[in-house]
Amino acid sequence: MSQQRKQWPLWEVFIRARSGLEHKHVGSIHAVDARMAIEHARDLYTRRQEGVSIWVVRSSDITASDPGEAEALFEPAKDKIYRHPTFYAIPDEVKNL
Amino acid sequence: MYTQGLDSLGADCLHQATDAVTLEQRFQSKVDADERIEPKDWMPDAYRQTLIRQISQHAHSEIVGMLPEGNWITRAPSLRRKAVLIAKVQDEGGHGMYLYSAAETLGISRDELIEQLLAGTAKYSSIFNYPTPTWADVGAIGWLVDGAAIMNQIPICRCSYGPYARAMVRICKEESFHQRQGFEIMMTLARGTAEQKRMAQDALNRWWWPSLMMFGPNDATSKHTAQSMRWKIKRFTNDELRQKFIDITVPQAEYLGLKVPDPDLRWDEQTQHYIHGPIDWKEFEDVLKGNGPCNRERLETRRRAHDEGRWVREAALAYAEKQRARDTQAA
Ligand SMILES: [Fe+2]
Ligand SMILES: [Fe+2]
Repeated sequence: MSQQRKQWPLWEVFIRARSGLEHKHVGSIHAVDARMAIEHARDLYTRRQEGVSIWVVRSSDITASDPGEAEALFEPAKDKIYRHPTFYAIPDEVKNL
Repeated sequence: MYTQGLDSLGADCLHQATDAVTLEQRFQSKVDADERIEPKDWMPDAYRQTLIRQISQHAHSEIVGMLPEGNWITRAPSLRRKAVLIAKVQDEGGHGMYLYSAAETLGISRDELIEQLLAGTAKYSSIFNYPTPTWADVGAIGWLVDGAAIMNQIPICRCSYGPYARAMVRICKEESFHQRQGFEIMMTLARGTAEQKRMAQDALNRWWWPSLMMFGPNDATSKHTAQSMRWKIKRFTNDELRQKFIDITVPQAEYLGLKVPDPDLRWDEQTQHYIHGPIDWKEFEDVLKGNGPCNRERLETRRRAHDEGRWVREAALAYAEKQRARDTQAA
């Protein structure tokens, strides 16, 4: 019987803890539409003033990178250590660099 | 820290190493290195199934766990107690939701999970099959049952599976108030009239042993412990956690002036631990099998709530679909 019964869609929830901070993923929720997703997210994820703003997005609308491609995507940055300031040896007597 | 590998990077040693090892070895070494496994990462099927079983049992326990205390919301002795109890029960519902979400990341749907609970094929913690005949039970549950839950849950905050660990961090943050409000109820009763104190003692008598059983069977008979420890789903054995719980809870009972219902209980100078009497594992098995005092009542209550809420779920979905159709027509 459950096969034909339709589930409420899944939404990912993002919360801004305080103004000045970015929205951060906190979990997911089931809801029939965006309005209900926000209301449920508010009940579930902000019972202790954890947020001042909520974003919800349909989970099926998110495109994620494939963990199998992680090396191809992220390894190239590994040997470019000259992108970090500590790569450069500057004598101690030089100040403010 | 960024430059420390510079001189040794001459060869492309990094890439070759990984080709030879199998997926399973790579998975285990990630776990060994205390890295987290995330939903889209490769994982052994048995790891996935173990997690689905454990997380869903945990979720069901939170949901069914609302019932014994929910019984007292309308009868709480003051407005303050009522507001606190509503907040606590609402938290437990929330914990169930966090955990169902975590289980869903493993590829099982919320509907399937709930169906397993309602069909009686999924397990939930045996503790919630005991009745709550007096107000003192609400105190004992907060103090002992939430106390035992915290002991169990804190190590899971470092579980190898990311979504489960993160859900557990949220849950643990919320549990502390549950335990403290329960202890406060016990304290109030223990300092009250003789009859109130007797009520507190009676609740402790009934909840003590079932609380110890919450940690699961003895290590010697626990089937899943070794593998779960290797996978870092579990960090301590059942007996280790049970011992910790006893060691911190007995002095709290003493503070309340209540007596732990275990004639064999004594402090052991040598090990610096309490030694407790034998646990009635037959009772544990019975309750787990469905023969506890409230198993049927709990499931029936859940089923009724699910059935009676069906029209709301369907109507909300139909409304949203109609709304969407109207929007696309207008566009
Ligand atoms: Fe909980
Ligand atoms: Fe709790």
